[in-house]
Amino acid sequence: MSAHDTKSPIDPRRAAHALASVPNVGRPVAHESADAHVTGAALYTDDLALRSKNALACWPVCAPHAHAWLDHLDVTPALSVPGVVRVLTAKDVPGTNDTGPSRLDEPLFPRAAEGEGADPRPEILFHAMPVAWVIGESEEAAKLGAAAVIARYTPRPPVLAITDAIASKSFHLEGMKIRRGEPEHALERAPHRLEGSFEMGGQEHFYLEAHASFVYVDEAGSIFVHCSTQHPTETQDVVARVLGVAKNEVVVQQLRMGGGFGGKETQANPFACVAAIAAVLTKRRVRVRLDRMRDMQLSGKRHPFHAAWKAGFDETGKLLALDVQLTSDGGHSLDLSLPVLGRALFHIDNAYYLPNVEVRGRVARTNKISNTAFRGFGGPQGMHVIEEVMDRIARTLGLRPEVVRTLNLYRKGQTTHYEQEVVHAERLERAFSELRASSAFEQRRAEIDAFNATSPHTKRGLALTPVKFGISFTAKYYNQAGSLVLVYKDGSVQVSHGGTEMGQGLFTKIRAIAADGLGVPTSAVRVMPTRTDKVPNTSATAASAGTDLNGAAVKNACDTIRARLAELAASVLSKPGSDCTADELVFRDGLVVSSKDASRVITFAELVDRAYHERIQLSANGFYKTPDIHYDPVAGRGRPFYYYAFGAAVAEVEVDGFTGMYTTRRVDLLHDVGDSISPMIDIGQIEGAFAQGAGWLTQEELVWDRDGMLRTSNASTYKLPSLGECPPIFNTTLLREARADGVVHGSKAVGEPPFMLAFAVREALKDAVASFGAPGGVVDLASPATAEAVYWSIESRRARG
Amino acid sequence: MSAITFELDGAPVRAENVDPNTTLLHWLRANAKTGTKEGCAEGECGACAIAWRANGPDGSARWEVVNSCLVLMPSVHGRELLTSEGLASRAEGTLHPVQRCLADGGGSQCGYCTPGFVVSLFGEMYRAREGAFDPESIAGNLCRCTGYRPIREAAEKLAVIRDKSRGAPDPFRDRLATPVAPLEASEHTITIGETTRSFARPSTLLDAVAILAREPSRTIVNGGTDVTVEVNQRHKRHDGYLSLEGVRELGQFEDRDDALVIGAGISLAQIEERLHVHAHGPTALGRALPMLGELLPLFSSRLIRTRATFGGNLGTASPIGDGPPALLALDAELVLASHDANTNAITRRIVPLSTYFLGYRKTARAPHELIEAVRIPKPYASLQRFYKVSKRRLDDISSVAGAFAIDRGPDGRVTRARLAFGGVAAVPLRLTEIEQRLLGTRLAASEIEPLAIAASQLVTPIDDHRASARYRKAMVVSLLRKLAFDTTSPSASHGVSP
Repeated sequence: MSAHDTKSPIDPRRAAHALASVPNVGRPVAHESADAHVTGAALYTDDLALRSKNALACWPVCAPHAHAWLDHLDVTPALSVPGVVRVLTAKDVPGTNDTGPSRLDEPLFPRAAEGEGADPRPEILFHAMPVAWVIGESEEAAKLGAAAVIARYTPRPPVLAITDAIASKSFHLEGMKIRRGEPEHALERAPHRLEGSFEMGGQEHFYLEAHASFVYVDEAGSIFVHCSTQHPTETQDVVARVLGVAKNEVVVQQLRMGGGFGGKETQANPFACVAAIAAVLTKRRVRVRLDRMRDMQLSGKRHPFHAAWKAGFDETGKLLALDVQLTSDGGHSLDLSLPVLGRALFHIDNAYYLPNVEVRGRVARTNKISNTAFRGFGGPQGMHVIEEVMDRIARTLGLRPEVVRTLNLYRKGQTTHYEQEVVHAERLERAFSELRASSAFEQRRAEIDAFNATSPHTKRGLALTPVKFGISFTAKYYNQAGSLVLVYKDGSVQVSHGGTEMGQGLFTKIRAIAADGLGVPTSAVRVMPTRTDKVPNTSATAASAGTDLNGAAVKNACDTIRARLAELAASVLSKPGSDCTADELVFRDGLVVSSKDASRVITFAELVDRAYHERIQLSANGFYKTPDIHYDPVAGRGRPFYYYAFGAAVAEVEVDGFTGMYTTRRVDLLHDVGDSISPMIDIGQIEGAFAQGAGWLTQEELVWDRDGMLRTSNASTYKLPSLGECPPIFNTTLLREARADGVVHGSKAVGEPPFMLAFAVREALKDAVASFGAPGGVVDLASPATAEAVYWSIESRRARG
Repeated sequence: MSAITFELDGAPVRAENVDPNTTLLHWLRANAKTGTKEGCAEGECGACAIAWRANGPDGSARWEVVNSCLVLMPSVHGRELLTSEGLASRAEGTLHPVQRCLADGGGSQCGYCTPGFVVSLFGEMYRAREGAFDPESIAGNLCRCTGYRPIREAAEKLAVIRDKSRGAPDPFRDRLATPVAPLEASEHTITIGETTRSFARPSTLLDAVAILAREPSRTIVNGGTDVTVEVNQRHKRHDGYLSLEGVRELGQFEDRDDALVIGAGISLAQIEERLHVHAHGPTALGRALPMLGELLPLFSSRLIRTRATFGGNLGTASPIGDGPPALLALDAELVLASHDANTNAITRRIVPLSTYFLGYRKTARAPHELIEAVRIPKPYASLQRFYKVSKRRLDDISSVAGAFAIDRGPDGRVTRARLAFGGVAAVPLRLTEIEQRLLGTRLAASEIEPLAIAASQLVTPIDDHRASARYRKAMVVSLLRKLAFDTTSPSASHGVSP
């Protein structure tokens, strides 16, 4: 097709229509893959593997101890199992036997400790640690082979509980601290003081798609890795390290994930490495996919935390001083525990002004799976502490918790404990007051009081909680993104960027940004699978920053192309004596129109074709780095976050005093997403994050036994929220007038912040429990607040009369 | 060697060389039908849901939705299956209304659970004839992304669409015009190395007991929702299966003068339909047996209940199964059938359920015997209560379940009591001593209190990941207190489960 035969007169009404049309950014549209999801046509990593005939399967041989020496390993019996192709052990690793993303402390296969006098036997560091992987013609063969491998161990006493790690000084790191003011002095002088300690549980990601990788080697010996990873670049790095090859020998592709939630930020790497080693050694296509139990046993989770705190406050409930010691359970290796802990320290304030504060953090080393990123990334654990403190202050003083929370909210101009100004702090109070009104908070308070007065065994509770969450990777260098936008001669577009799609709607937003960036309909834009050979050196799709970073990088590339095209269009649309300038041109809906004269119009496709013939480049790289962020970890001062996202939640629950079982009757959420790029996507993120947060705080309970074995390692023992937990009344609203200047299209990140709206459920449970027994006084409720925990909480109220 | 033949998304399939330990889910995915997903492989998440044509209690056909991870391949022989991949009209390139609603309403995020939700909603669209969609239809599907609100709203919208489109051409509805022919007897055998594996699916009870008499070591599949979990989770591989899904006699459901007889092979979902009609409430039978009406919605998800049977639940004899306490409280009896080689006939014996459980997963059933039916004798107790304590309200395994059946005289005093608990000992437990002490009381809180304390001293629960032993003991007390409160207090609240 050439420019000359595409030329046809454009209906002026179409040009006028395009000028008046609404941009794609801001439109409520469904997920860009929704039709493929519902028909089963959407493919995930293991689907690709299964559709590729004759891929080999792998299955791990898992150690039955949390801490042990591996005395003896004999894989030969597996080799005689029909269908077994090979067994991988430590000696098959061509490069470095380590997949650690932060330190080289994560052996892919067990290895001996280093250092003089160290025992030469390989160490088992956590229960189910794979000592070998069996490669078979089928998964059945690999499983049978794995069962035939002989391994002998000498068990050693494991460190399992955080409190045991503290007692035995077993830490990965210590000494992280943020301090402001004079907390000791302020505590001493405070009219009221409280202190306490508690633990909060971890959380399994339970992405519906378990870890999966599919690897093959091309004719030049290069490695092609399909992987369910949130961080293709790191997967590329780690595969290259383990294979001992340069990074340019490895390409990682990520089509889509069946959920990530942080669980595939670093955790996919070992499985990609196993498949890669197997593919290299067998010269076959190899898939690794975990079943649910293996996935839960072999991949890290949200960090459980222990918190010891002291708070000083006045009679109005104003917090004057806070001292907190946080200890996270890092598991056997460091992984992302350092930045997770950092974010917990940063978010110890949640949305409350802390005039005098010291918060210290350390990471315990235990013989458990290495804990990792999970939506909120330490933020929820930090905020758990302050929400617990707020409730205790209120109940100690006989005040309503929402009164104390409101009193302590950040006000305009105040700074955090690391002295970053809370820009738009006034949105917190606004969110509170708008939500109080829309949820009929006061009226329901009265109704609940009346209900509780006449109901001896069933009590209701209500709570209002805020969220303030900092957006940016706290590792500054991660705050960069690249893109590659390709315009083809027919005007159709391919967009590549460094972000990965895990259901959060990133690609839907990217498509809208690219479509508007070039002025074409979304149907003309294909967002391509994420590949490390399209955009290199990318950051993990994490920290809620996927759209902020990649969206800006895509917009940057589109702007470049558009500027080139605008110049050409201006000359094409100029008439003798009447110039058309590039800046009067509007790119919209597949047309390029002069805003001054709608008869000056050309289709995008025709313009592109002309540009090609004029030898104008039709592709561009884009780049973005977040400006104005810095942090000094020694001083504990700086601006680690580009901005804050805000939100507020009201939840109402009903508790059965006989059993501790409860239901959530109604939830109202109000959340700040700036100017939403994709409202349906954003509301989906808010509601989904809330549900996941409620799961963490209520029914999702990880139970390890005395031997360090995870007893809740499948769906029948680890209970995610189901439809039954979805409140019958569930209202979600986006905060109005919330434009975020300096962020792509004025939007805000949304992935993580609403997770912490779920504190309203826990606080409402406490509110209901407080109605059992004699009035007044604090509520002790373990976390997660399972039915059993709520029951014991009620019992402790009853016991005090 | 035998082939398994069935229809999949409108096309005939002939599956050869299939190990009977292969699940339908595994087979589908291994054969590039990857639209059906594995999320848990134990029937908890519903990502693998598929529909097949089956007859309802009234004998008319419907699209029944089951977890394909809990179906062994030979079970699909002769069936007609649909997956999410077969619902969109290929000819017109249009999505099925279920797909359209879910997609447009924000019902999918990562999309991995979505095909399962699609199939569950599809089944409901053709099952219910009117009224709102029963939320139970998607209670066995887990979604980790959405928080369920948009999926629930899609379901609500679909009910309206279904009602509006009544009479419009619909190939899936047309297909339901003819009832499904009974499953034919079949035996699937395969030789792997030196092992021969067999899956027998007889169609008569006589054949079933005869097979079992010859080969008592065969693993009995009566719904299979437990057996297949062992296959998937613990990699159990059985050489011989005896599947009861085709045995006509086990599908009986008879309301006799002296007892209700429930065939051991009838699915819990179909029992439930006889007790309760969605949007209409309990039937006469449901009002007479509220114990079962309260039990069944709490007994796993409908996806499981569509396959699970009382025969299976009592056969595996799990101490935390929810069927046994309810049936114990109802004084149920089991009809055990076996083969008489001399006459080539069925012999039967009746075993009271109260003497059936001998120890942890040990029962009075001999290896050559099959559970034919559960008999619930009449008259039923006038007061029946089933309480379940679990971490998650729906679709969870009990920490403790309590089932209480009580009769009172005209003076309000207890004349007969049955108290049964699950989850508090190695076997489902009846507390006969407490039952005796309950006689003559009016179930007043003050009367119950010492009995509740005494009851908690009779149980021997364990600590595990579901609950502590201490909590389980406390629940024995609590559920009896709750019984007293619910039956004597006019203001008793039913707002919160259990």
